[in-house]
Amino acid sequence: MPRTSLFLERKSYRMRRIMDAIRFMPFVCAALWMVVPLMWSGGQGAHAATPLSAALWYIFGIWALAVMVSFALWWRIRSGDVDAAVSAADTSA
Amino acid sequence: MVSLNQLIGVCLVYVAGLFLVAFLAERAAIRGRGDWLLRSPLVYTLSLSIYCTAWTFYGAVGYAARSGMEFVTIYLGPSLVMIGWWWVLRRLVRIGRSQRVTSVADLISARYGKSNVLAIMITIMAVIGVTPYIALQLQSVTLSLSIFASPDPDAGGAALNNAHAAFWVAGGLALFTVLFGTRNLNANERHHGVVIAVAVEAVVKLFALLAVGAFVVWGIAGGLNETLARIDASSIGGWQAQGGRWSALIFLSAAAFLCLPRMFQVLVVENDDERHLQIASWAFPLYLMLMSLFVVPIAVTGLDLMPAGSNPDLYVLSIPLSQGHNGLAMFAFLGGFSSATSMVIVATLALSTMMSNHIVMPVWLKLRGGGAQQSGDVRGVIIRARRLSILLIISLGYLYYRASGGSGALAAIGLISFGGVAQFLPALLGGIFWRGATRMGAIWGLGIGFMLWMFTMLLPSFGPGAALSQGVFDHGLLGLGVLRPQALFGIDGIDPTVHAIWWSLSLNTFAFAVVSFFTFPHPLERLQGAQFVNVFDHSSGPAHGWTVAASGAEDLMIMSQRILGATEARAFFERHARWQGATGGLPRPTPAFVQALERELAGSVGAATANAMIGQIIGGQALSVEDLMAVADESAQIHEYSSQLEAKSRELTETAQELGHANQKLTQLSLQKDSFLSQISHELRTPMTSIRSFSQILRDTDALTGTEKTRFASIIHTETIRLTRLLDDLLDLSVMENGEVSLNSKPVNLRAVIDQAVMTSRAGSSNVITVHRTPEAEEIVLFTDGDRLAQVFINLVTNAIKYCDAAKPELTIAVRRDDDVIVVAFTDNGSGIPADGEGIVFEKFARLCNEDVDGAGLGLAICREILTRLGGEIRYVSHVGGATFEVRLATSAEAETSASLLSV
Repeated sequence: MPRTSLFLERKSYRMRRIMDAIRFMPFVCAALWMVVPLMWSGGQGAHAATPLSAALWYIFGIWALAVMVSFALWWRIRSGDVDAAVSAADTSA
Repeated sequence: MVSLNQLIGVCLVYVAGLFLVAFLAERAAIRGRGDWLLRSPLVYTLSLSIYCTAWTFYGAVGYAARSGMEFVTIYLGPSLVMIGWWWVLRRLVRIGRSQRVTSVADLISARYGKSNVLAIMITIMAVIGVTPYIALQLQSVTLSLSIFASPDPDAGGAALNNAHAAFWVAGGLALFTVLFGTRNLNANERHHGVVIAVAVEAVVKLFALLAVGAFVVWGIAGGLNETLARIDASSIGGWQAQGGRWSALIFLSAAAFLCLPRMFQVLVVENDDERHLQIASWAFPLYLMLMSLFVVPIAVTGLDLMPAGSNPDLYVLSIPLSQGHNGLAMFAFLGGFSSATSMVIVATLALSTMMSNHIVMPVWLKLRGGGAQQSGDVRGVIIRARRLSILLIISLGYLYYRASGGSGALAAIGLISFGGVAQFLPALLGGIFWRGATRMGAIWGLGIGFMLWMFTMLLPSFGPGAALSQGVFDHGLLGLGVLRPQALFGIDGIDPTVHAIWWSLSLNTFAFAVVSFFTFPHPLERLQGAQFVNVFDHSSGPAHGWTVAASGAEDLMIMSQRILGATEARAFFERHARWQGATGGLPRPTPAFVQALERELAGSVGAATANAMIGQIIGGQALSVEDLMAVADESAQIHEYSSQLEAKSRELTETAQELGHANQKLTQLSLQKDSFLSQISHELRTPMTSIRSFSQILRDTDALTGTEKTRFASIIHTETIRLTRLLDDLLDLSVMENGEVSLNSKPVNLRAVIDQAVMTSRAGSSNVITVHRTPEAEEIVLFTDGDRLAQVFINLVTNAIKYCDAAKPELTIAVRRDDDVIVVAFTDNGSGIPADGEGIVFEKFARLCNEDVDGAGLGLAICREILTRLGGEIRYVSHVGGATFEVRLATSAEAETSASLLSV
C-alpha cells in the first residue's frame, strides 16, 4: 500500500535527520563553549572583565540546554536501529 | 569537632559497606540475577563518574578559588566528547566489542599489527602518567583526614600521621582491588563488584558535593541571588578567559577522557550494550554539570569566610567544619573519600591488566622458552601477575606521594597526568579513522610526544633544582637555548601548560603522520587497520586466517585450559565442536575456530599475547592473498560482481538476439514453404492442364490431321518431361537428405568437370554470358563423383545465366587452394543476392525475387546436399558488385595418384 510505504519512508527520513542533529551537536556546543567566551574579554583590567555570575549563567545555561537537547534526541532514536538508520548516511558523511 | 577516631570509624563502616555491596553484586552476577541493575545504563553512566576523582572533588574548588571559571574546562571537555558520542565513542565501543579489547594499550597494539612494542610503550607511559594521579588521591585523602585531626588545618605535626594514613588507605585500596578486580580472569568481562561499588561511590560523591553546595548557597549566603552577588563581589568576580589556556584545557580534558586507562576501562571495556552509550551521552554531561554546579559558590564562600592562607583545596570540608556542621563535613569527607577510592580502584585495575598482559606475560612466555605448550597453569600466573601489578602500582603511587612530600596544588598534578595520557590521542584516533597509520608512525609519535611531555611538563613540575637544574630552565638542555623546557625553540611567554600541551601534541601528531606517510605497514597491520577503520562493515569479526593444517586441536586445548580454565575451555571447545557438527570430541581446528579461540584468549591476556601464543602452537600465521585482497580492496569485489552481472546481461542479450534471428528465419522458411506449395501446385497444374486439354482434343476431335496429332502429342510429351524433371528433383533431394544416395567416386579432372558444366548450361539457354576461366589452375585431379560435382557446377552456372541482371553478364570461375581446401568460386557481375535472402538461399524452396523465372527453388538446396555427401561445402560470399558462390572441396578428395593417372 502506498500510504504505508510513505509513512515508513518518512520515519526513516526523520531518523536520519535526528542522527544528523546528534552529529552536529558537539560542534555547536564546542563553538558556544570554546569560542564565544574568548570574544567576551575585550578590555584590560578587572572592569572590562565579564562578571563571573554572567559567565556562570552562560556556561551552565548551555550545559543544561545541551543535556536537554541530547536527551530529546535520544528519546526520539531510543527504539530505533541507529546503525540501520545511518548506514546510508555513513557513506556520504 | 569530630574526632579522628570517629571519622575513621565511619570510614571503616563505609568501606565495609562497599565490600558488602561488591560482594552481593558478584554473587548476584554469578547466579545470573540482578541483570536489570548490573547491566543497566544507570550503572554504566555512574561508573563513568570515576572521571571525577578527588582532584575534581576537592581540587575543583581550589582551582576555582585560584583562577575562577577555568576549573570548568576539565568538565566541558568530557561533556563534549559524550555529546559527540557518535563520532568517536561509538566507534571505540564497537571496536572494543568486536576485537575484545582489554585496555587502551591493547587497542592501540592490536590496531598496529598486534605489536608488543607499542603495548609495552603505552603501558609504561600510562604507568608513568597515572602514578602521580594515584599519589594525588592518597594525598587528598590524607589532607582531608588531617583537617579533622587538628582544629587548625594549617598546624603542623600531622606529617607522620599523614604518612601512616596514606599507607593504610593505600593498603585498603589494594586489598579491595585485588579482591574484586581479579576475581575473573577475563578482563573483557565486567567486574560487577567493582562497577557496582563505583556506582555507589558516584552517588555518594555527587550528593556530598550537592549537599555542601546547597548549604553554602541557602545556608550561608541566604539564596541564589545573594550568592551571585557575592560571587561578583569576590576577588575572582571578574572573568577574563585566557584564550589559549581556555581552549587548550577543554581540548586536553577531552583527550584525557578518551585516553585515560581507567576511563577507557569503564567506557569501552566494561560496556556491554552500545545503547547504554546513547543514554550516557546526555546522562553523563548532566552528572558533570551537577558536580560542577556549586563549585564556584563554595570557592567564593571559602574565600570570604576562611582565614587567609588556608588551603582552598579543602574548602569543601573546612566550610562546614567552621560553621559547626560536623555531620555535613563528615558526609563531604565521605564524598572525597569515595572519589579517591573509586578512581584508584579502577585506574589500578586498568593498569594492572595492561601490565600483566603486555609486560609480565610476554616476558614470562619468553623466559619459559617453549612457552604456551609447556605444562603449568598459566591462569595462576596471570592472576598472580595481575595482583602483583596492582600492588606495584599502588606502591608506586604511595612512593610518589612520599617522595613529592604531598606538595603542589591538586589541579596542577592532575593536568600533568592528563597531558601524559593525552599523548595516546594521535595514535588512537589515527588508528580508528585512518587506514594509512602505521606502527612506526605510532611509535615515533608516541615516543616524541612522551619525551616532550616529560621534558616540558613532568620534570619542570618538581621545580627548579629537583629534576631539572635551574640552568636547564634558564639556558636550555645542554646549554642550547632552543631546548628550554618552558620555552621550546626560543618561543617565550606561552603559558607553561599550554606550551607543553601544544608542543608535545603537535609534534607527536606531526611525527605520527609523517612517519606513517613514509613507512609501509606489514600485512597484519594493514588488515587490522582495515578492520578498525571499517569496523561498521566488519563487525562480524576478524577476517585474517591462520593456516592450521599443522596444528592439532589437542595442543590448542591444552593451552586454552591453562588460560581460560579447564571448565571454560572445555565448554568453549564443545560449543564449537557442536557448531561444526561433530558429536563429542574436539572441534577441527578450522581457521574460523582458531580465530574465535584467539579472540577468547585475547579477552584474558590481550591481543598481542594471544596472537603470540597461538602463533607458537600453530607455527606462524599466514595471510593469504585472498585475505589481503578481500580487505585491501573491498571495492574490487563490488566491481567484480557488477562486471559479472554485466557479462551475464550481455550474454542474455546475445542469446535473445540469436533466438530472434532463429525465429525470424523459421517464420521466413514457413512462409516460403507455403508459397512454394502454392508454387509447386502451380508448376504441376500448368503442365497437367495442357496435358489434359490436349489429350481431350486427341480423344474427342476426330478431324485432326496427322501433323496436328503429332504436334499435340509432342506437347503432351514435353509437359510430361517437365513434370518428371520436377518430380526427379524432389526425389533427388529427398533421397540425398535421407542419406540414401550412392556415390560413384573415381579420379576426375576438375577442368573436365567445369568444361562439361559450362557447355551443358549454355546449350540449354538462349541468354549469352561470357565465362572467364584460368584453365591451368583447374588442372587438379580429384577422387570424387564427377557427375554429382558437375550437377553442382551446372546449377551454379545456370543460376548465373538465369539471374545475372547485368547488361553484359559475365561469370568468372576461379580455382584456388586455401590450405588444404580447394575452392572453386563462381562470381558474376550482377547485383547479387539481397541481404535478407542470404540466410535462406540454400534452403529448400527458396526463391528470391524473379517470379518470372522458372525453377522450383531446389537447385541450391540440392547442391548443398550433394556437397555434404562429397565431403565439401558451398557458401555464399557477399561482396559489392556481384554474387560469389564458393564450392569448397577437401583436398583429401584430391587423388593421390593424380600424376600417374594422367599419364595413363
